Parts: sequence; structure tokens; C-alpha cells
Amino acid sequence: MKLIPACEADQQLIRRLEAEAGTNVNLCYQCGKCSAGCPAAFAMDYPPRQVIRLLQLGMVKQALKAESIWICASCETCSTRCPRGVDIASLMDTLRREALRQGLITDKKVAAFNQAFLTGVKLFGRTYEAGLLLQHNLKTMQPFKDAQYGLPMMKRGKISVLPTKIKNRDHIKKIFDKVQQLGGE
Amino acid sequence: MRLAYYPGCSLEGSGMEYGMSTERTAEILGIELVELDDWNCCGATSGHNTNKLLSLSLPARNLAIAEQMGLPMLAPCAACYNRHRTAEHVIKHDPEMRETIAQVIEMDIQGTTETVSILDVLANQIGIEQIASKVTKPLLGMKAVCYYGCLLVRPVEHTGFDDSEDPQTMDRIVRALGAETLDWAHKTECCGASLVTSRPEVGNRMLYEILRNAKATGAECIVTACPLCGMNLDMRQGAVEKEFDTKFDLPVYYVTELVALAAGESRKAVGIDRHFVEAGRYLDEVEKRAENIKAEKEAQAQAKAAAQSKDTNEQTAGDPEARQKKIDAMIKAFEKNPDKMAKRLIDDEERAAVLLEVISEDSKKAARLAELMVDNAEKASKAADAFVTAELKKRAK
Repeated sequence: MKLIPACEADQQLIRRLEAEAGTNVNLCYQCGKCSAGCPAAFAMDYPPRQVIRLLQLGMVKQALKAESIWICASCETCSTRCPRGVDIASLMDTLRREALRQGLITDKKVAAFNQAFLTGVKLFGRTYEAGLLLQHNLKTMQPFKDAQYGLPMMKRGKISVLPTKIKNRDHIKKIFDKVQQLGGE
Repeated sequence: MRLAYYPGCSLEGSGMEYGMSTERTAEILGIELVELDDWNCCGATSGHNTNKLLSLSLPARNLAIAEQMGLPMLAPCAACYNRHRTAEHVIKHDPEMRETIAQVIEMDIQGTTETVSILDVLANQIGIEQIASKVTKPLLGMKAVCYYGCLLVRPVEHTGFDDSEDPQTMDRIVRALGAETLDWAHKTECCGASLVTSRPEVGNRMLYEILRNAKATGAECIVTACPLCGMNLDMRQGAVEKEFDTKFDLPVYYVTELVALAAGESRKAVGIDRHFVEAGRYLDEVEKRAENIKAEKEAQAQAKAAAQSKDTNEQTAGDPEARQKKIDAMIKAFEKNPDKMAKRLIDDEERAAVLLEVISEDSKKAARLAELMVDNAEKASKAADAFVTAELKKRAK
């Protein structure tokens, strides 16, 4: 790991992220309970404890670029077990959103999935499962991923080719637009 | 009980058995579900991964509709439940954010409604006794692990109806249906959620650990209350078996499927035929076990009654009517469980087996033995012994 001195701008960014997450990284005494219980830690470059450590050290860019924040499944085990009450899951969430804002997306597959999911919701008001998988596959250049499930799902009546739409779709579009205005995204 | 009903997208698609069985369960237990008019998707994990305000505003629109109905809102899907609980929490405790949300959805929202999970409604509001009273086809002999996953029990300040590390509500419901529930280590581990789609090498490993622990515990099936957990463990079980070169064969049931089935609902009505891991065969097996367990209990009760009648033999000697009644009961016991009766008369296993053949072929001999058993147990054993000796002699010739 390359150690670099934290600059004022990074410190300010960390304080803003903490405020958004509603937590304080300096409460953490690095016991590692979060990493021990994390069911996805085996696949992470920085386990949750180290993500917090990066922020304590002011290394916010590294934290934002960590693959870990995209592997986190938001299961909240870490936050539930933290003896210091650090809301690690909320912090992971905040880091993902900040990474999106700054265009620092290390794992494009997860971000592509989220975008495909929300596009369906914005258009129809409901999840469009078939469209979601198709769009995700196309965006991530893996056209036949999970294709083996398509027909069996259809046979069981579990997925429809056409989306289910709500009546007041305009309302949902308005909500998305308003959020964009207010949230600047 | 009347509840606003928010099915959520999954219950009309990939988790439709959960939707079908929730509706059946509600009807069985006398819960009236009023579907929320024109409800929208809660945004799920993609929502809060992307934009905080959006992740609060999408559920808030549904909550505002439920508020207009003046009813608590049932969200069976664990993810929908969690997202609505989170939004509710913010609306109740952060007035500034509530203002912003109200501005986004252009609806009045006060935070007066409460989102409830199916486990909370079943175990804490309807009650275990009430559920047990509806059981007509107990799931005796079923060995299950209850899988709660993450979002039903975490974070505690948003959920809070059960323990976050060792929840019990589902276990209590499933036990009320007659099944056995096992303690296991992965009841609140994460299934990987959408990681199985976006990062299968991570998600499949998480599924593998859960399935492996269930199997190692001795479970024969998994019970869940989340459509994403259900779909991942069921639909992708085959792929996980392939990847890790193993075999699990663990059917995955929704808790509501089991409630409805135990209350006598048909398998088709709750969607058992829509599962990926064949789910009917194990139910057949459980039915067989339940019959055996029932028969055994009956035989025990009969044996107890017979033993009691032995004690009162002297009293009944002078009462021919009572004696005849006992003889009839004993003959019935011979017809129903000849093997057990043969063993009662003769200790030696081989000779008891011969006696079983004799009384199965000759009902008169069985009747004679029944009569003797009522009058004098010792004589009955001697007569049985004589029948066997005679039979063996006949065979020797």
C-alpha cells in the first residue's frame, strides 16, 4: 500500500460522506468483527475493516476505487454487530453513490445491473424482470448469461416477456425527475 | 384482521408461489388483504445503491397510499419490507427529510402507517395457537431449517420484531405445523441477493455455504420468507451443485406454502409445481412419515388401553357385556396391527413372525387369542405358542 498524506479536500469529502451515512469512522477501533462476519469478504480487495481504515487515514480515493464497495451485498451484518456502533453498511452505500457521482466505478457489472433495474422502474413503475436481465446482459457484453433460466421461468409462469405497468407512470417519472433536480444526479 | 397488501414485483413474477400462498394463508387465517391501488416498485437495493432520496421516495409513495387507506401495510417480500421500514423510519424521525420526500412525491405523508412482515403478522399478531388450530394435515416427520436471510431482521432499529442473530418467529410457525426445525449456523447469512446475477462467482459461493450448512445440519428442506432468497436457493441450486461438484437436493419452501398445505390446501393452489428443485416428492415422503407416526401413536394408545383392561379383568368377569366389548376392541387391534399383537404374545422374534402369519391367515385363531387375552394373558400366550408349534410341525411335514 502506498501511503500519501491526506489533503484538506479529501478530509472534507470524508466528513460529507460520514454525514450522508450518518456515522463516524473514527469510532472504529479496528477490531475486525465486521470483516469476520461479512459473508462476501472472501471476494473483497479491502475487507470492511480496511475500508474504514482507509477513511480514517484520509485515503478516500482508494476507498472509492475499492472493488469491495461493489461486492458488498448490503446485508447489514457488519452494522448490526459493530461494538462501536459504526454503520458500515450505510457507509458502503454512501461510497457507492459517491463513486457513481465521481465516475470511479471499479465494478461496472454491479453498476450496470442497478442502472438496468432502475430504468425498468422509471419506465413502468414496476420491476421488469425479463427486460432487466436482457439489458444487463447486453450492457455487460454477456448475451447468454442466465439464458438457461429463461425458458424454465416462462414454463412456470414466473417471467413475462412484456412488462407489467402501473397506471400512473407519469407520477413515477416525475419522482425520478424531481430527485434528479434536488439530488443533482 | 384487515391489512393493506403490498405484493411487490417479485410476488407477481419470480416468487409467485410466495404470492399465491400468502393469499391462501391469509384467507385460511381470516386476514382480509386489500391490495394497494396502483403500487410501485420500492427500488430495492439498486435504489439505495444509486440515490438516497430516490430510495426513500419510491417506498414513500406506497406508504402515502397506505396512509390514505388507514391500514397497516403487509409486505411479504423481505426486501420490500425493509425498504418501506427504512423510509418509514426516516419519515418518522427526520422532519426535514420528510418535507423533501413529500415535495418529491407531491403527496401528504405523515408516517402514520406501519409496514409489517408476514412473520410478524403470523407469529405475533395472529398467534401460534391460532395457526396450530387450523392444521388438518400436520407436517409430522418434516426436518427443516428456517432461513431468515438479512433483510427481515436487520437493521434492528428498522425491523425489530425478532432477534437479529437467532430469530425464532419462523421456527415457531413451522413447528406449530408439526414439522421439526433444526438449529443451524446460517439462518441469517446473506444469500448474495443480486450478486448471483451481477457477480455469480461471488454470489454462488454464498449460496453454496448456506446450502452446505443446511445439509450438514441434517435438514431435508429449507423454509424461507423472502422471494429473492427463495429464488436464489431454489432456481440456482442446480448451478451451485454443478460448480462445486456436489448434490444437495434440498427443496425450498415459502413459510406460507407450508401453512396453507398443513391447513389442507392443495399443492397446486400454492404453486408447489412451480419450483425448480422438485418439491412434491419430499411432501409425499412427509405424508408417509406422518401416517406412520400417527399409526404408531394409535397402536401405543391401544396397547395402553389393553393393558388397562387386563388390570380390570377380574371386575369384568361377572359382566358379559363389558367383556364382549373388550374382546371386540382386541379383535380390532389384531386386524389393525397384527405384527404388534404377535410380538406382545411371543417374545421370540422368529416365533412371533410365524404367529403373525398364522393369525393373518386364520381370523378365527386371532379371535380366539383376543378372547383369551381379555380373560387371561398367560393362557393367551400359551395358546399362541401352541399355534406356532403346530404350524411349524405342519411345515416340517
